[in-house]
Amino acid sequence: MAKLNVNGREREFDAEPDTPLLWVLREQLDLTGTKYGCGVALCGACTVHIDGVPTRSCVRPVSSVGPNEKVVTIEGLSPDGTHALQKAWAALDVPQCGYCQSGMLMAAAALLEAKPVPNDADIDQAINNICRCGTYNRVRAAIKLATTGA
Amino acid sequence: MSILLDRRSFIGGSTLAAGGLAVGIWLPLAGRAEAQTAPAPPDEVNAWVVIKPDDTVVIRIARSEMGQGSLTGLAQLVAEELECDWARVTTEYPTPGTNLARNRVWGNFSTGGSRGIRESQDYVRKGGAIARTMLVQAAANEWNVAAAECTVADSVITHAASGRKTTYGKVAAAAARLTPPTEVTLKDPKTWKIAGKPLKRLDTAPKLTGEQRYGIDLKLPGMLSAAIKDCPVAGGKLKSYDAAAIQGRPGVKKVLRVGDSAVAVVADTWWRAKTALDALPVVWDEGANAKLSSADIAAMLKEGLDAKEAFVGNESGDARAAIAAAPRRIEAVYSYPFQNHATMEPMNATARWTPERCEVWTPTQNGEAALAATIEASGLPAAKCDVYKQLLGGGFGRRGQTDWIRQAVAIARDMPGTPVKLVWTREEDMQHGFYHPITQCKLSAGLDAQGNITGLHMRISGQSIVAALLPQNLQNGRDPVTFQGLNPGGAEGVFGYAIPNLLIDHAMRNPPVRPGFWRGVNLNQNAIYVECFIDEIAHATGQDPLALRRKLLAKSPKHRAVLDAVAERIGWDQPAPQGRFRGLAQIMGFASYVAACAEVSVSKDGKLRMHRIVAATDPGHAVNPQQIAAQVEGSFVYGLSGALYGGITLKDGRVEQTNFHTYPVLLLDEMPAVEAIVMPSGGFWGGVGEPTIAVAAPAVLNAIYAATGRRIRDLPLKNHSLKQA
Repeated sequence: MAKLNVNGREREFDAEPDTPLLWVLREQLDLTGTKYGCGVALCGACTVHIDGVPTRSCVRPVSSVGPNEKVVTIEGLSPDGTHALQKAWAALDVPQCGYCQSGMLMAAAALLEAKPVPNDADIDQAINNICRCGTYNRVRAAIKLATTGA
Repeated sequence: MSILLDRRSFIGGSTLAAGGLAVGIWLPLAGRAEAQTAPAPPDEVNAWVVIKPDDTVVIRIARSEMGQGSLTGLAQLVAEELECDWARVTTEYPTPGTNLARNRVWGNFSTGGSRGIRESQDYVRKGGAIARTMLVQAAANEWNVAAAECTVADSVITHAASGRKTTYGKVAAAAARLTPPTEVTLKDPKTWKIAGKPLKRLDTAPKLTGEQRYGIDLKLPGMLSAAIKDCPVAGGKLKSYDAAAIQGRPGVKKVLRVGDSAVAVVADTWWRAKTALDALPVVWDEGANAKLSSADIAAMLKEGLDAKEAFVGNESGDARAAIAAAPRRIEAVYSYPFQNHATMEPMNATARWTPERCEVWTPTQNGEAALAATIEASGLPAAKCDVYKQLLGGGFGRRGQTDWIRQAVAIARDMPGTPVKLVWTREEDMQHGFYHPITQCKLSAGLDAQGNITGLHMRISGQSIVAALLPQNLQNGRDPVTFQGLNPGGAEGVFGYAIPNLLIDHAMRNPPVRPGFWRGVNLNQNAIYVECFIDEIAHATGQDPLALRRKLLAKSPKHRAVLDAVAERIGWDQPAPQGRFRGLAQIMGFASYVAACAEVSVSKDGKLRMHRIVAATDPGHAVNPQQIAAQVEGSFVYGLSGALYGGITLKDGRVEQTNFHTYPVLLLDEMPAVEAIVMPSGGFWGGVGEPTIAVAAPAVLNAIYAATGRRIRDLPLKNHSLKQA
């Protein structure tokens, strides 16, 4: 059995080494908040953090993630849904269908780790996830709400 | 007769109202009196309202939630009449099987055509009002007072004269045993306290933590997963596959033919099924369309632009004669491509089949059509089937279809007792859509010496969705839905411009690529054709684009009001900021009036930047203004993604696009600021999920013309350079 450190816990799983991290999370570890959207790192629905770095897990072979690297998924973003971004997302009713929002939140959370008060250009660059419902303007507004309170 | 219906009883009956937009639904034709009525569960006050002893209010929702917010909006309408405590409201979906067993007590489940609220508001509000009346009556009975002496607010019933109070939870069981009143009076929307307010959605919290399960996330004990490949050529078939080549791959349980055109691999995990399928040698019988290309389809449509025969959608006076006699004529040909829905969550369904029962868990926009597909594919009678609707990761019309459900049931039928989850790849989704129909349009206008339009002929040539999906709804061969936004009258979409001699007709040309209802449907291209051409006339005759539209809309006050609202907000009477240019568009569709003004700039090297869009919507009644604003914002992303980057093309019978690199969509960094003006004028109910999409593209295209002098007449924009010489 191979091992991963996910959301602060050591988890064992059984998958071929070239299996993308996404599918190990979803199918072996029952962490289905991380979504499949395109399978080729274009849409960002599968975004997780690996040692704090936003990573598209659909193209990352699980064998390339070391047992000591810390994987954080949407389920681990905060223990009780109270990350500043989650609160701002709720305040502005950001999600529509919601399917892309795990990836949006994880991309935004990584941005805030790198830059606590991002400007529009930073947001433009960091949030290149696809949303078909069209929540982009509220995503931007929620990031600002979370970081500047306005 | 019972509800055990054969397939023939299901097809043919459809609720497609004139001009309506049913998304492929089948209804049982059994007489209502003959249908069995299953007993109601004891804890429900009526079909729409269940009150728990702890005062929790469960509101039943028949339409599907796919992001558009109607789950919350419909609950607001019921709660408004119910006078319940909004903080205690939750929702649940009745199953389509229960609906059938209970004589369709929840009505239509179909969720498309922006009809979720407007076509159920009446009976869901009545449902709330009836439940309230019964709850109050139950309290009055207990106190032995007249119901009229009792008042109610926030789930608390009060009899002021005797100082007594009780709550809904305490009297719900007694209320459920009462005979429902047959007549109730609905509130005047002006007095609404829950409906009409910008309340937060009921379904947000689990979408922020990963807790929310979509269809693709479903897990059942003993479940296997399946991946599928359908013949990439429309109308083609599966000839053969070499299962031995993938024998022994880890986790693989079965390789099977699905229908006559697809092959699937079932494995213990989806990733193993998918990779095994990738390795499976498959031979296709590509059939008659093996050489089909986009050029063939364009030629087929081009012929229709001047064809003699065409279905008439709107005619007054003699447009041809007026144009022929005019001293000046303007003509232009436009086109709009196929588009894919590309929902973020790929198609999926989980099915479990035994000879005794077939159950399906799937995200669907039409629970009843999903049930009908399940019945047919399972070979079991209706009473042995049901569908459990899952939250949709996007719908946009695609999930009104049932193709993937039939596949899932067919696979499960081959593995009795084992639940199988079928998940499509993104590539399968791109190549097996029900695409936005392809059309071309030739517009000809006659102008008098003063630049007034004396005649207008709009000839649409192209595909009919209704002919492909709901042929029983054609009217002597004519597809009424083709003319969305162009109709002479009716609630659905009236052509607002007064033009003395008008002819709008449709030469139906149906290429062998299956069309579907794509968010906004035919209003999308119709708005581009009309609104860009009106803009052409304005510029050709030296008229202000706003002034010309206002003049032509003199007798269409609601059309004009939304146009005026955007013009005022953008500051049309003042010049745009340096380097920016504006474009306007308006249309009526899905029974609502919408307009937009876009402000763009185009750099010397041809880079388009959309700075600001103002959009106005008059939906008659606005159930949740902030969710309407969200729909308006989202509509620009959907409409502009299609117009700027979309387009599905064919080569060698295959869809050329495979994923988001070849079917790109708008991203956050390109998104303009959107100011939504929600201006309900009352007296009617219009949809809000779709109409704004239609004005997104023409407003931007007209602004691009203002900026560059380039008139983009065929889309997507990505095929054109805006580089300045």
